[in-house]
Amino acid sequence: MASSTPNEVESKSFRERILRPLAVPLLAVFTSLVIGALIIVFTAENPAIGLDKLGKGYWGMFEGAFLKRNGILNTLVVTSPLILTGLAVAIPFHAGLFNIGAEGQFIMGAFTAVLAGIYLDLPPVIHPIVVMLAGFAGGALWGLIPGLLRAYLGAHEVINTIMMNFIAFALVSFAVRGPFLDPNTSSVQTYPIQKTAELVRISGRFHIGIFVTLLVASVVYYFLYKTTWGFSLRTTGHNPNAAKYAGIRPRQQFVLSLVLAGGLAGLAGSLEVQGLTHVVTTGIRAGYGFDAIGVSLLALNNPLAIIPAAFIFGALNIGGDFLQIRAGLSVHIVSILQAFILLFVAAPSIVRYLYRLKVSGGVAEGAPVTRGWGG
Amino acid sequence: MSTTPVLEARGLTKRFPGVIANDSVDLTLNKGEILAMLGENGAGKTTLMNMLYGLYHPDEGEILVNGKAVKMDSPNDAIAAGIGMVHQHFMLIPVMTVAENIMLGVEETRGVLAKLPMLGRLNRRAAAVRIKELSKQYSLDLDPDDYIKDLPVGIQQRAEIIKALYRNADILILDEPTAVLTPQEADELFAIMHNLTKQGVSIIFITHKLKEVLKVADRIAVLRNGKMVGTALPADATQASLAEMMVGREVILQVDKSEATPGDVVLDVKDLVVKTNRGQIAVENVSFEVRAGEILGIAGVQGNGQSELAEGLTGLRPIESGHIQLSDRDSTHFLPRQVTEMGVAHIPEDREKHGLIMAYSIADNLVLNRYYQPPFAKGPVLNQEVIDQNGRELVAEYDVRTPSIYTTAGSLSGGNKQKVIVAREFSRPVKLLIANQPTRGVDVGSIEFIHNQIISQRDSGVAVLLVSAELDEILSLADRVAVMFDGRIVKTLPIAEATRERVGLLMAGSET
Repeated sequence: MASSTPNEVESKSFRERILRPLAVPLLAVFTSLVIGALIIVFTAENPAIGLDKLGKGYWGMFEGAFLKRNGILNTLVVTSPLILTGLAVAIPFHAGLFNIGAEGQFIMGAFTAVLAGIYLDLPPVIHPIVVMLAGFAGGALWGLIPGLLRAYLGAHEVINTIMMNFIAFALVSFAVRGPFLDPNTSSVQTYPIQKTAELVRISGRFHIGIFVTLLVASVVYYFLYKTTWGFSLRTTGHNPNAAKYAGIRPRQQFVLSLVLAGGLAGLAGSLEVQGLTHVVTTGIRAGYGFDAIGVSLLALNNPLAIIPAAFIFGALNIGGDFLQIRAGLSVHIVSILQAFILLFVAAPSIVRYLYRLKVSGGVAEGAPVTRGWGG
Repeated sequence: MSTTPVLEARGLTKRFPGVIANDSVDLTLNKGEILAMLGENGAGKTTLMNMLYGLYHPDEGEILVNGKAVKMDSPNDAIAAGIGMVHQHFMLIPVMTVAENIMLGVEETRGVLAKLPMLGRLNRRAAAVRIKELSKQYSLDLDPDDYIKDLPVGIQQRAEIIKALYRNADILILDEPTAVLTPQEADELFAIMHNLTKQGVSIIFITHKLKEVLKVADRIAVLRNGKMVGTALPADATQASLAEMMVGREVILQVDKSEATPGDVVLDVKDLVVKTNRGQIAVENVSFEVRAGEILGIAGVQGNGQSELAEGLTGLRPIESGHIQLSDRDSTHFLPRQVTEMGVAHIPEDREKHGLIMAYSIADNLVLNRYYQPPFAKGPVLNQEVIDQNGRELVAEYDVRTPSIYTTAGSLSGGNKQKVIVAREFSRPVKLLIANQPTRGVDVGSIEFIHNQIISQRDSGVAVLLVSAELDEILSLADRVAVMFDGRIVKTLPIAEATRERVGLLMAGSET
């Protein structure tokens, strides 16, 4: 008795595959903008002034992020590290782990990249690549440690990745002030990397790092969904017991996911150094690793969806400055917007209720978004 | 037996997104009768009981207790109306005594602060006195001062029943009460049930064991696809007629099989010791062998080491000592993947925990332990086309009822989930099949199918190790029966000598 029905159900429609998963994230962003608008209007001296500020502020944000001289380019410059650190959160999510350590991994990557940029003498095309690999390795090491602790001692990765952040902050702070301090400048920073290690800038601050990033995001997508390695990793994340039954070793997958994640966050740090700063300062803590959690959640942990999600976060960050310049509003409005976006993505039933969306049935497969404490 | 209705359901309807779980169900329970509720998995038994017990609110219809309509918004309303429920999984706290468990939530207090909420001293003695009265009245032997964790399952169940009676329930709902009992314990439970009904208690008895229904029920109600298909009297019904009512077609209950023709030893286990997660010995010096073309059944009440044995054999649990020989290789410390690659199929005990990835498609689940091998992968790259094609073929061959191969495993019914696992494990060449509770919680139609598949594996020369807590399953499939009690195999009998009574006594540990 053949009960499998032919093609009409088997090929999932565009609507099912693309539009439906997009609904909640997009509506979350929209709703947050509406709430942000209400906050601006109702915290002003009076609603008329509030409306004026709202218009100027939101238009300023839009202009700043997309239109103004280099606006869109500046947005892309901050989108790039958000994509990589977003991936650094998403990959462990797929393995059932929660990586809060992307910030520390980013910093360690920046630091090892600077070392490779300063001390290695290599020809132009080779040098930047080696520096990137060094950054990857530095971040990967910072993921390896909590990965091993989780896999073999059962120590919770949330605690340990947070702790590794503090160690990274302190270590780099010490290195920058101590052994690697550049005595030739008045500011607290390392020696600059050699010219051969720098990434080409196209216009203003816009460097070619984002092309590396887009390539990496595609590779991660392919890795997760099209290879047996990705299958093993995702299976572990969905159900470690069944993974074991299927002959997968969950411990290896835990370590692998955090090593890859750390590596990508480290690569982000490396690109930041090669393309923008050329040195490491104590100000390397830009918070990308923390915004990354929001980026990954907004993208429902899909490596390709992380690209637009990071772009939205990047645009909010760049546009936020103009909110202040144009309307005299606090930049913290942007943090409020981001927080609401996360709230709505993390609690999708609120959005579904507001817009009367139906729950998608039986087809979609997302990554498990954390299985709770100690899971 | 009088025919005064104590509990009536009229036109109860409950809808969930995409399904009507109960479609205008009528049900009458008379005073002092045992009404058996039969139905396949997903037929709507649980939904109906949850409405009667106030856990769900019906979309339509009404519930009458003693002729009066009652509104049930929570189990508290049900308890107030005199309805008590004994769940399949007991709601008892192991580290507390019987008395403490029974009084939990309706504590009597004493002392100067007794009138104040939460502040009085517990009056354990008053509770113990009342429990003793109840246990005498209904001949439910029970000591209020025993700790739950020290009691066997059968006695814990009595505590659950007294818990309901303590709250003045005169209508009891027993949800699959025999699933965890030995045949002897089940007989004791039936005696208790008769005793209760004699004294005016009315019982709804949920089960899918047809034999029990015919033995104890006064009336039988059958649910199918959320609808009440009818009631029957045990005198007029047979197992076959009830199965047909449940499934909606004729079901062959008797497994048809020929004599086994055992070949070479495939699995040879010697002095195996396996521990539980807590480090206690679960399998103690177990030795046995399984030959090609025979089925060795492991009988035993749940929790006597069978799960740990199966997990030890498949590499999921470390072996403390002893040897496992698989054909000509020592596989004692093999990893799960090595065991699989040696040609061992494994139907795990808990399909949702070990057997399937709920969020994955059926097609992906069908290659869960082979996804990395050709033709499903070329090097490290998955060949999704071949995986999907394999899915289409197996779904058709094993009659998995699903809208498509992309449907997630989690949205299938229990029987179809099990078919996915069976399809996956039987669709590759194996020499040993370890089937652990292969038909647990599976409907009658799928049981028939899975049993026939196991027999045909045996006939094609596969060695089969069948672990089951269902004695009937063991007796109808196995060629030899090994009984496990307290981590040991207490006896191995050829099927001809394995009578229900003898195996039942061995399972209870009272014969060696």
